[in-house]
Parts: sequence; structure tokens; C-alpha cells
Amino acid sequence: MNAAFWGWLVLLFPLLGSVVIGLTFRVLPARAAGMIGVGAIVAAFACGIAATISLQGEPAESRHVADSLWQYASVGGFQIDLGIYVDPLSAFMVLVVTGVSSLIHIYSFSYMQSDQGYHRFFSYLNFFVFSMLLLVLAGNFVLLIVGWAFVGFASYALISYWYRRETATRAGMKAFVINVIGDIGLYIAAILIFRDLGVIDYGAVFEKAPEVFQTNEWSIVAICLCLLVGAFAKSAQMPFHTWLADAMEGPTPVSALIHAATMVTAGVYLVARAHPLFELAPAAADLTAIVGLVTLLIAGTIAIAVTDLKRIIAYSTMSQIGYMFVAVGIGAYSAGMFHLMTHAFFKALLFMAAGSIIAAMANNQNIDRMKGFGKAMPFTAAMLIIGALALSGFPGTSGWFSKDEILDFAAFRGGWYEIFVVGGFIGAFLTAIYSFRIVFRILPGPPCEETAHLIETGHVVHGEPVNPATGGREDTEVGFPGEEHHIAEQAPGMKIGMAVLGFLALVGGLLQIPGVDDVVTSFLEPTFEDSPLAATHPSVSSAWLGLAEGAVISIAGIALAWWLYVKRPTAPATIRRRFRLLYTLFVNKWYGDQIVDFLVVRPVKGVGSFADRIFEPFLINGLTGGTIATVRSAGGAVRELQSGMLRGYAFLMLSGIVAVALYFLIRSI
Amino acid sequence: MAIEWYLVLSALLFSIGLAGVLIRRNPVVILLCLELMLSGGGLALLSFSRLHGDGDGQVFVLMVLVVAAAEVVVGLGLVVAMFRRRIPLDVDEMKELQG
Amino acid sequence: MVEVAFFAGAIGAIGGAIAVVALRNPFYSVLALVVHLVFLAGIFLLLRAQFIAAAQIVVYAGAVMVIYVFVAAYVGGIEEPLFDSAPQLRVFGPVLAAALFIEISIAVLGSALIGLGGEGVADVPAGFGTPEAVGRLMLEDFLIAFEAASMLLLVAAVAAIVLAGRKKETGGAG
Repeated sequence: MNAAFWGWLVLLFPLLGSVVIGLTFRVLPARAAGMIGVGAIVAAFACGIAATISLQGEPAESRHVADSLWQYASVGGFQIDLGIYVDPLSAFMVLVVTGVSSLIHIYSFSYMQSDQGYHRFFSYLNFFVFSMLLLVLAGNFVLLIVGWAFVGFASYALISYWYRRETATRAGMKAFVINVIGDIGLYIAAILIFRDLGVIDYGAVFEKAPEVFQTNEWSIVAICLCLLVGAFAKSAQMPFHTWLADAMEGPTPVSALIHAATMVTAGVYLVARAHPLFELAPAAADLTAIVGLVTLLIAGTIAIAVTDLKRIIAYSTMSQIGYMFVAVGIGAYSAGMFHLMTHAFFKALLFMAAGSIIAAMANNQNIDRMKGFGKAMPFTAAMLIIGALALSGFPGTSGWFSKDEILDFAAFRGGWYEIFVVGGFIGAFLTAIYSFRIVFRILPGPPCEETAHLIETGHVVHGEPVNPATGGREDTEVGFPGEEHHIAEQAPGMKIGMAVLGFLALVGGLLQIPGVDDVVTSFLEPTFEDSPLAATHPSVSSAWLGLAEGAVISIAGIALAWWLYVKRPTAPATIRRRFRLLYTLFVNKWYGDQIVDFLVVRPVKGVGSFADRIFEPFLINGLTGGTIATVRSAGGAVRELQSGMLRGYAFLMLSGIVAVALYFLIRSI
Repeated sequence: MAIEWYLVLSALLFSIGLAGVLIRRNPVVILLCLELMLSGGGLALLSFSRLHGDGDGQVFVLMVLVVAAAEVVVGLGLVVAMFRRRIPLDVDEMKELQG
Repeated sequence: MVEVAFFAGAIGAIGGAIAVVALRNPFYSVLALVVHLVFLAGIFLLLRAQFIAAAQIVVYAGAVMVIYVFVAAYVGGIEEPLFDSAPQLRVFGPVLAAALFIEISIAVLGSALIGLGGEGVADVPAGFGTPEAVGRLMLEDFLIAFEAASMLLLVAAVAAIVLAGRKKETGGAG
């Protein structure tokens, strides 16, 4: 049983789970559906481990398996196989995706308990995992696009999961539309690849690309730019970033799974997967890193200003993915993947803790209102602190090792790549401030109304169901949590999920300690061995130097946050007043939505209204109206023949037969 | 005895049946006329079977017989159903297909 | 001798056929068809199709026609009204049918098929057309067609029961 066999099983289980839950939602009790959902993902995780083990059994140079189930299409030399490609990179992604998904499924099993759409939720969630695994395991660009579009749909379905909430359906549409723009970039890239190389299988493409393309030739740069459009849209990088914050309308486990740990990192995976192409187009690779840097800075500043708990974490996600893009852009592939993994741990953990808090706040997400959670929910508070420490790169935690490894590599490449070091450290400073802004705002202090209720009665407040975005009252008849969540952090599923992730967020970095071990790098080495950059490593001493700098900056950021939000609670307001312009810019998210609105939405709307007022009535209606009139008069002409009389039809048929026979008789003469 | 005679006879029977389908309006009689057409076809099959000395044609005629029986059963079932529902037994009256 | 038998059979069959079309009462039409089928069975005999001829008489003229008789008797001898909603069909229908007949005849007589000249017809093997030969063919070479035909008959029988059966819900109409 080789790795490909296990790869197929990895795909099979979530698909099966999704279909079974989706089809049996009328008969299956909710708990059973949840168990099937959790079981399917755990089974996929087990198969992922089996695939990895069987892959490790191979010698390093042949550590990749391509396998095809059947031929999907074969037209004039264009051949698409329904094939998967298992190598260390995809195995790594499979492990991260299924592992984190398993924990989040366990968490959701409790978290969504009182929701009326429990079956629907797990069916969607399993479908998402299947799509993500398809994206990761795809053996060619066509299947990649299929998986890519599937996760786009799953994301749409899950953002709009509470479909009675108008803001949620709008956010879902926004995410879907922006993702489809990215899909189109991918389509064009796949078409260009096929045009220039004549193949679409990964192995064949990467083998042929260096023979066909010159370095930085315009056609390879175009391919990479189109790939980047897809990657940036999926991973919410500038200028396609506006959907991610709105995507927080979905249930919190969805935010944790899709919009933090897995789907949004697909763009990073794509760049890493297509690294042979990007190495032929250094211009595109540099652009990747620059966009990553810009996004990580801008998202960091926004995260400091906004007050919606989930949105802060969402902007932090954009910022962290910016680091990953910097990594894969400058050639630090394994460092980027390492950061992807640790980020999945601590960001999913932060979202889970946030979900627990939001449930206790009766769905209020404003951090200005939250107080005293340190006493009310000690377990959640501990998890939140662990997540924030890892996120801000506190020494010893996973984020410290992974983030600084990227920056070390940038420093190692030297030259103008130093700006990534500087920018990265500024971003790290911002990260430390905003993550501990959450901690210092929420945990200490006198309990607010909701937390007081929780401390006194042990139960969460049952508020009026309101829309956290608009404050409007909501119709909870369908597709909503029936009552509010009762569970806060008491439910065992939530505790297990958070505890395991908390542990991983703390110790996950130990996989890769400079000079001690490099588990991730050596595991991924067979995939990246053809890259000239992969073989080079910064020296151990410089790596430790970078880690030390990172530690200082992280602690400084945390200290500043402590000073701002605990020691001098009035300081933030003063700063806000003094830098009103800057603050307005940040809190309005650098006017990203408005810029997109002005540059894209308005012109498209203008074209639309032109089409509506001029084009449609005169041209289209004229054409269609004319066609209709023609058809109608012709129909009127032959209508008489449709007498409804059986014998009339028989007569017409006979006439035809006689005429045809006559024709043949005459021809034979 | 030349085979042409048989074939011409089969064509004649077929045409008579055809004319009947066209001019009669009682569904029972139309079914009868269809039987005539089928027997004309069967006769042609038997003639060619005899001509080539091959028994396949005969088996085919048996199949035609079966199909005719099935058609009769369904057709007459329809006639009886129409009669029960007081629908006039006249194919010209059933013109819901009129355009 | 063969010629005499053929023409006798042909005249009977044609007469029966014309009677089916021409008689106004469906009941008489059914009887005319029986006559037609009996004469046609005689012609089948001339073509060395003994088994088919027997089946024609027993199954067709015997069993199937009995159903016709029953139905014709059940619905009553409704004579067609003289008024015709499509009088032109009365003229053009037979004309076109005659045209088709002439065309087929020309095709048959004009195509010089080998052996159509009569005397050159290959002699058939011994036992041709006997029940044994037909049965062997049907159960060996054409088994699937045979089974399919039996399936068809079963389905038709079910369909007839569904169509003609009394509906309890719409008892008033039935």
C-alpha cells in the first residue's frame, strides 16, 4: 500500500462524511451526525499519517508518488487525469489540514450544539475539508482549480451559514466574488501553462519549464502573476483582502478552520508548490514578497484600531499570511510552511478562545465591553494568553521560532531584502501590541454585566438575538442557534480542542530550533531540493541573533501594550486624539473597501446601468423582440397543421414516406 | 411461383391497412387496420426468409406477432378506458394536441 | 397447382382486408380480419412456414381476435357517423396509399434481386419452418430477443390491467 493509496483514502473519508450527513439529515440524530463528521476527519488524519509514513519509507530522491484514478478527458493531446500527487509538501499540508480540522471539528461538536442547522454545518464542514484536501493533493493544475473552486464554494456556504442574517449572506457573496476573481487568474495561468508547455501535470510542468522559459521571460512572469492573482485572492492579500474581515460573519469554528488555519493559506501552498515556476520568474517572486510585506504592515495597523474581537484576529491572520508570502517569495519555502503550521495552531486556538468568549457575551463581539474574563473563564483565558504569546512571538513559543526563521532568511539573502527584515520586525512589534491589547482589555478588570452573570450563576447570559455587525434584532426561526449557546467553555469538546491546540502552539516551535533540530526543513527537503535557494541556510549563530532580536521586540511590544491598556488606561484615548488622522485611516481599514468600491464597483455599476438603460432596451430587446416576432409569425403559419387530429398526422407522415420513396426511386433510375 | 408475387401481395395488404388507418375513425377499427399492416410486413419477411432459405425471418415474424399482441392489449385497454369514461370512440374527437 | 393455391389465398386475404376497411360495423370488421388471417396462413404454408401459419391461426385468429370480439361487443357496434370532420382524407388517404403501393411494387419488380425470377430460388433445407427448426433458432440464436419479448408481453398485460381496471376513487366515472 503506497502513499497514493492512503492519499485517496484521505480524500474519500471527508467526502463520504459530507455526503452521508447531507443525505441523512432527516433521520440521523444530531449527535450521530456530529460524530460522523468528527470521525471522518479523524480517519482522514490517520490516513494522512499513514501516507506520510509510507512516503518516508522511500529513498529521498524518489519521495513523490503520482497516481491517477482515471482519465478525465483526453482531447487532441490535451490530457487530464483525475490524479493526485503525494510528496512531502502535500503530505505536510494534509497533516496540518486534517490535524487542525480534527480538533476544530471536535470543538464544533460542542460549540454548535444548540444550533438548528447542526447537520448542515457538519456536512458543509466535511465538504470543505474534502475540497481543501483535493486542492492540496491535486496532481495537475486542472484538479487544483477544481479543489480551489470547491473551497471557494465551501467558504461561501459557511460564511452565509446563518442565512437569515443579511450581513452574513452579503459577506458570503463578497468572499465568493473575490475568490472567483482569483479563480479566473488561476484559469488563465493554467491555460498559459498548457499553451507554452503542452502539459498540465505538476511533474511534467516543472520538468519542462526550465527548458522552455528563459529566466524572467515575459510569458513565465505572466503565468506567475496569474497564479498570484489566485493566491492573493484566496489568501486575502492586498488588494484582494477586503473579504476576509467580513467573512467573520460565519460561525466561529468556521473562522478558525477556513479563515485562519487552512483555506487562506492555500495561496502560500500554491506558491510553494509552483516554486520551480517562480524561480524562473524572480520578478514575480519578489512581487510576492513585497505584497506580503505591505499586507502584513497594513493589516497590523488595522488590527490595532478595530474593536471587533473576531475582526482583530482576522486582520492578524492577513498579517501573518503576509509573513508566509514574504517567506515563499524570498525562497524560504520550508520556513514559510513552518510558519503556516504554527500559525494554524495558534490562530485556530485564538479563534476558539474568542468563540468561547463571544458565546459568553451573548454574541457581542466588541472588546470595549468585555471585562473580567480572567476570573469568569480561567481556562479560556489561559488559552487566550497562550495564543497571544505564540502570535506575538514570545520567546520559546512556536511563533517565535517560525516567524524569526523567515526574517533570518531575508537577512541572509542581504541586499535590498533587508527591507523585509525591517518591515517584518515592525510588523512583529505591531503584532505584539494588538494581540496583548486583546488580552489586557478582556481578561483583567471588574467583571462586566455578562461576566458577572457567568461568575454568579455558572451560565452564560441569554441576550436578545442581535446581529453583531449592525445591532439589529434577528429572526431566529431558521438557520440560527435556537437559544443562545449554553456552553461557554464547560463543554468537553471545546476544552479538548483548545487544550491540544494550546499545547501545540506552545511547543510546536521546538520542531525547528536552529542548531538543534530541523524536522520541518528536512521533511520538506525532497520537494524543494531542486531549488538553488533551499540548500542555503543562514548560520546557526545568525539565526540565534535573529531570534534574540525577535524576542526583544516581542517583549517590548507586550510591555507597550501593558503600559497602554493596563498602566495608563487613558493613554489610548489621548493617542487617538493626537493622531486622529492616522487613527481614522486605520479604523476605516485604510479605506480598502472604499477604494475597491471606487476603482472597481462604481465603473462596473456604470457599465451595468449603461447596459440597462441603452444597450438592453434598444439592442437586446430589439433583437430578441424581432426574433420573437419572426418565430411567432412562422409558428402561426404552421399552426394550422397542428390540428390535433391523429389521422391528419398519419396523413402527413405518409406523404413524407411517399415523397422519400419517390426520391429514391427517381434517383435509382 | 415467383417471389415477386408474394412481395407485391404484402405491399398491397400494407397499403390497404394504411388507407384504413387514414379513413376510419373508430379506434378499434384503426387497430384492426394496423394488424393488416403488420401482417403485410410479416408476409414480406416470410417471403425473404423463403428466398434465402434462412429461418431467421420466421423467428422475426414471431417477434412481430408478440409485439402486435402487446400493442393490441394496450390499445384495447385504452379503448375500454375511453368507453368507461364516456369519451366518444372517435379519434377525431381527441384533439388536445391542437396547436 | 401452387399458383392456384396462391391466387386463391391472395384473393381471400385481399378480400378480407378490404372488408376490414370498408365495413361500417366494427364487429364485422373483426370477423373480416379473421377471414383475412386464415387465408394469409394458407399463403404462409406456401412459403414453407408451417409453424408460423399454425401460430397465426391459433394465436392470432384464435386468441387475439377473441379479445377484439369481446371489446367490439363491449363497446357496442357503434357505426361511424357519416359526417366526416376531414372529408379530404377520404379521398387523399387512399390515393396516397395507392401511390405507396405502386412505389413499392416498382421497387420490388424493378430491382433484379437474384433468384427473384422464381425458379432459381434456392431450395430450403429439410425441416425448414418446422416447429423444431424455429424453436431451435429461437432458443439458441435469439434467446435474448425471446426473453425480451416475453418481458414486453408481461409489461403490456400489466399496462392493460392498469388502463382498463376500475378506479375505486373515481367510481362514479367507472
